[in-house]
Amino acid sequence: MRSIVLPGDLIATNPKVAGHGTYIENGKVYAKFLGLLDKTDTQVRVIPLRGKYIPSAGDVVVGVVKEVTAHGWIVEINSPYEAFLPSTENPEYKPNKKLNEFLEVDDMIIAKIANIDPKMRATLTMKDRICRPIRFGRIVVINPARVPRVIGKKGSMIKLFKNELGVQVVVGQNGLIWLSGDRRKVNVVEEAIYIIEREAHTEGLTDRITEFIKRRKAENE
Amino acid sequence: MSEDIKLIVNGKRIDGRAFDELRNIRIEAGVLKNADGSCYLEMGRNKIMAAVYGPRKVQPRHLADPVKAIVRYRYNMAPFSVEERKRPGPDRRSVEISKVSREALESIIMTELFPRSSIDIFVEVLQADAGSRTACLNAASVALVDAGIPMRGIITSVAVAKVDGHIVLDPVKEEDNFGEADIPFAFFIRNGKIESIALLQMDGKLTKNELIEAVKLAKKGVMEIYKLQREAIMKKYIVEDVE
Repeated sequence: MRSIVLPGDLIATNPKVAGHGTYIENGKVYAKFLGLLDKTDTQVRVIPLRGKYIPSAGDVVVGVVKEVTAHGWIVEINSPYEAFLPSTENPEYKPNKKLNEFLEVDDMIIAKIANIDPKMRATLTMKDRICRPIRFGRIVVINPARVPRVIGKKGSMIKLFKNELGVQVVVGQNGLIWLSGDRRKVNVVEEAIYIIEREAHTEGLTDRITEFIKRRKAENE
Repeated sequence: MSEDIKLIVNGKRIDGRAFDELRNIRIEAGVLKNADGSCYLEMGRNKIMAAVYGPRKVQPRHLADPVKAIVRYRYNMAPFSVEERKRPGPDRRSVEISKVSREALESIIMTELFPRSSIDIFVEVLQADAGSRTACLNAASVALVDAGIPMRGIITSVAVAKVDGHIVLDPVKEEDNFGEADIPFAFFIRNGKIESIALLQMDGKLTKNELIEAVKLAKKGVMEIYKLQREAIMKKYIVEDVE
């Protein structure tokens, strides 16, 4: 089992192996926040257990439009920072039309973070296959620190939901998850996601979720 | 007044403790559902609730710092926390405590990681005995860890007093009121070692040697509290494991 580390715990003495969630002082590597220690030969990193979503370039996020401006949309992404989607980055947009004909306040979108500057101003883009405005389906909100477990190793958990239940899942790095499919099956996936969130720091999760889905499927039939 | 009450009898203190003995401490992390991090702490008869929110958007906006996060710390005593009802709201004393405590915590929080945001810490004293500012710092520190906020280490705090000519650890109210000096300490602890002093206040008079002795005593007491702080956080996640 991976051990829990607290901020300031010494986790390595070689600065070359310092990974995410660590900081270096006087050539020693310390943990930066509360998390699980992941130690390999080439790298040590701390997997956070808690914390807010901090945007970084290339992340897929699910957001809510908060404001429509002359040049684009301001999007709330469940983070201390809000993001901006310029009109030119929305493929649906056509010039000479009003922006709120495409996206209105409170509309939800799946977008990608194109860029983030040092002052933490994030720019979004929707020019990607996965990006779209959300007009149906369900949104589930979880702790952003647990997102990697919902995705699973190389998307194993998402594939599981798709293959076993036929529910399409898009996981935003910011902790918002979009589910689309048969209503009863979406219910099962929602429950499964909450189980993953609760038990994110334990092992053998994929097996337990597989079992859970099989049991639920049997009950429904 | 101090002649009327004997604070030290047969080498024991008024509540029966030895000079270097702490009061009973109970710490529980993650007790509030809506806060990002929280902690309930009892230290003797002190009862403290701490909540941490953030990093989040700064409200009001003009306070935001474009290069780092701002830290706000509010120490507040509930009207029912002391024997005589305290007028609610901030007063000279609690504003001062908020300021020095904030500065102690600011020194270990990595504020440069979150420009244009705020980290808000609220500590409420539900019941007060002496040393409530140190108990509040201990609670705030656990709550910050529980919120997953990046920090260089942990702040742990304890007070030392001079009572009837003796240097004693973690005074209670009588010792604080009728003693000769009261010195709250806060230490920056990293990897189980004391790195630096983050807060030191003093009222009353001490000689140089007495102060050196006080620092030694505080360091000893603080390590015990540090262990309890660690345990409190660990416990929260190990309990979840069993489920």
